[in-house]
Amino acid sequence: MTLNATLKHSATALALALGLYSALPQPALAAATEQFFPLATYRVGAYASSGIPVWAGMIDYLRYINEVEGGINGVKLVWQECETEWTAEKGIECYERFKHGLEGAPVAVYQPNGAPAAYALGDKAAADRIPLITLGYGRTEATDGSVFPYNFPAMLTFYSEASAFINYVAEREGGLDKLKGKKIATVYHDSAYGRETQAPLRLLAEKYGFENIQIPVADPGNEQASQWRQVRQLKPDWVFLRTWGVSTPVAIKTAARFGYPVDHIIGDIWASSNEDVLPAGEMGKGYLALTPYPGGASFDIHQRIKQHILDQGKSDLKDPKSFGSVYYNSGLVNAAIAVEAIRAGQKKFGNRPLNGEEGRWGLEHLNLDDARLKEIGFLGLMQPLKLSCDDHEGGGAAKVQQWDGKQWNLITDWVQADRQTLRPLIDAKSAEYAKEKGVQARKCAVEQ
Amino acid sequence: MTTTTARLTASFDDAPLTLVRRRWPLGLALLLLVAFVALPLLGDDYWLNAILIPFLVLSLAGLGLNLLTGYTGQTSVGAAGFMAVGAFATYGLLLRVPGIPLPLALVGGGLIAAFLGMLFGIPSARIKGFYLMVTTLAAQFFIEWVFAKFPWFYNYASSGTISAPRLELFGYSLASPVGRYLLTLSCVVLLTWVAVNLVRSQTGRNWMAIRDMDTAAAVIGIPVDRYKRLAFAVSSFYLGIAGALWAFAYLGTASAGSFDINRSFQILFIIIIGGMGSIAGNFVGAAFISLMPIFLNHAGQWLFGGNVDAGQLQNLQKILFGTLIIVFLIKEPEGLVRLVGNLRDRLRTWPLRF
Repeated sequence: MTLNATLKHSATALALALGLYSALPQPALAAATEQFFPLATYRVGAYASSGIPVWAGMIDYLRYINEVEGGINGVKLVWQECETEWTAEKGIECYERFKHGLEGAPVAVYQPNGAPAAYALGDKAAADRIPLITLGYGRTEATDGSVFPYNFPAMLTFYSEASAFINYVAEREGGLDKLKGKKIATVYHDSAYGRETQAPLRLLAEKYGFENIQIPVADPGNEQASQWRQVRQLKPDWVFLRTWGVSTPVAIKTAARFGYPVDHIIGDIWASSNEDVLPAGEMGKGYLALTPYPGGASFDIHQRIKQHILDQGKSDLKDPKSFGSVYYNSGLVNAAIAVEAIRAGQKKFGNRPLNGEEGRWGLEHLNLDDARLKEIGFLGLMQPLKLSCDDHEGGGAAKVQQWDGKQWNLITDWVQADRQTLRPLIDAKSAEYAKEKGVQARKCAVEQ
Repeated sequence: MTTTTARLTASFDDAPLTLVRRRWPLGLALLLLVAFVALPLLGDDYWLNAILIPFLVLSLAGLGLNLLTGYTGQTSVGAAGFMAVGAFATYGLLLRVPGIPLPLALVGGGLIAAFLGMLFGIPSARIKGFYLMVTTLAAQFFIEWVFAKFPWFYNYASSGTISAPRLELFGYSLASPVGRYLLTLSCVVLLTWVAVNLVRSQTGRNWMAIRDMDTAAAVIGIPVDRYKRLAFAVSSFYLGIAGALWAFAYLGTASAGSFDINRSFQILFIIIIGGMGSIAGNFVGAAFISLMPIFLNHAGQWLFGGNVDAGQLQNLQKILFGTLIIVFLIKEPEGLVRLVGNLRDRLRTWPLRF
């Protein structure tokens, strides 16, 4: 009797499940004539709230390319997600799952979307000949493409970020010569990420004669009274805030409590989103931040996406208020670089899906000038970017935006980093890496 | 008297004790054959890199912690800390000692971890249970802090990460997925073999006596403090090697953040779910903890990919995974290995009850 009942229930449940499953529309399958675009996402875990708008931006842009422009020169994009939870292990799992493409559609470029995964995949991707794009994170020394052929820390490394920060401060102070004797403090998250700007700032302090003060904040940084008491005692002219996650709003609030003017704090890339300042409320008014992908929905591309994707109800965005947020825009910029790299590669290899090696050729010949940026609708949102074998970073500029309590307002044009000054540091690091790993540097002059 | 004694049956007379000659373990041999020969031949990069290597390394780490927690009864939440010591020490040895072969560097890293483990095991002479757990927690945070704070440990890399130096053994490169898999497998098989014999030896019996009741163990003459420290040292040796393999054979890179408190908890969960005080339990537990989420992910992608919101799907997998852990622990608090054992006993007599 009971057995019968259980059996019956199970059978009903199975039938229901099967019925439900067959009623669902089946996802489109990839084909060898399409370009596979793997999406290593993090929708769960500690950083999910920043990730979700990024994927929305990426997917909306890919959808726009597919549906409005008919793909990249006719080659349609197909994408699939894989959850990394921002960890190295899951990041490796996703990469290994995706590296051979999807049902014949090859991978041209891979975005690990997370520092731990980016570091773990460095060697593996080089062995598999798949280029990694790490925008705003990853190995700084990978700028030297002769030692890191498949690593692209495109647009803005942490070294350039530090230099752009100093150049902006100089602009505000009235020239680089005015930096002498100024006190510039860096309040940083005490981690690999936070310490990354120490070397460039040391070099720039020697060059320009400002006092370089480094104040660490231990992870997670939800109590910073002692750090800001120290700031108040030292009275620096400017504070470079290199925190992330919860430590950013706490820093802004604590600074306000100790009476340090918020409009003299400049946040870095990872302290420059809406989510970073909103919790600080009124106290965040006037806060400055550097960013390679400014917030705002008034760029040309936003109007196109709004018309064709958002208003058609095809957007991946859950919360329409996030349209044009810093993270959403970072998704757009990330996707655009990959799409443009494939387009550049197609010029040499023909209008077909590209593999990793061809994708790298495309990246190394990527040249997005203002005219091209205007064409694709990214003028103002994205800086001119020219990559080469010798230079995997390109750009090296950031805009400064200011929070007015409701939204970010851009207060500068692109502030360029002094990349020539920093390049010897990068070359020394990459040479050291080459020696440690026994990497034979390629000859960029010959390859070009 | 003797005349009235009933004669026992002949077989009892001949053999008062049934001695079973141990047969060559056919199943084990087959398993090793599959692991060493079939898998490297058949497995692709995905299987080796993303599934087998992490599974083996986590099993080894579980084994290390199980020697301390499951066999000696000293709870530790500092497992990942000792893994970090092993990884950074191996890296340091390979980098700074010219010409040191990889196996020696691994052993060296393990020994350094063992020494540190013994150091942090000293308080176990005076404190027990939750209080001891707090000292291991301190070890975890202290070690993590040291490897983040002092750039010497990571050779002044700008990002604080160490990356695998050339993996070579007698001139052969082990950098390919198959090479790294075989390196990991050899280490795991060797160390598991040692562990199996260790827990059967005098040392292992002393550990278990301490676990069951340390006062009684002291009364029968076991030097309790020494054996506790030994357990910390051996456990940390295993964890150290696991850490080095995690960093170099699996991730290819590591920073202090790769060995944070969450990794410690992960290893603790492996032994709790797999089975405390069991060698096979570590493998079962590691398989569950590391492979189940991947399986769920594939299943979710296959069933619903593209139809259901990706974020919801991910969260659903988390919920399912958590539920499975709860169900298994309610069903069998002694771990999955016990569940497997019960199943085997049942199958032996199936379909009868006895």
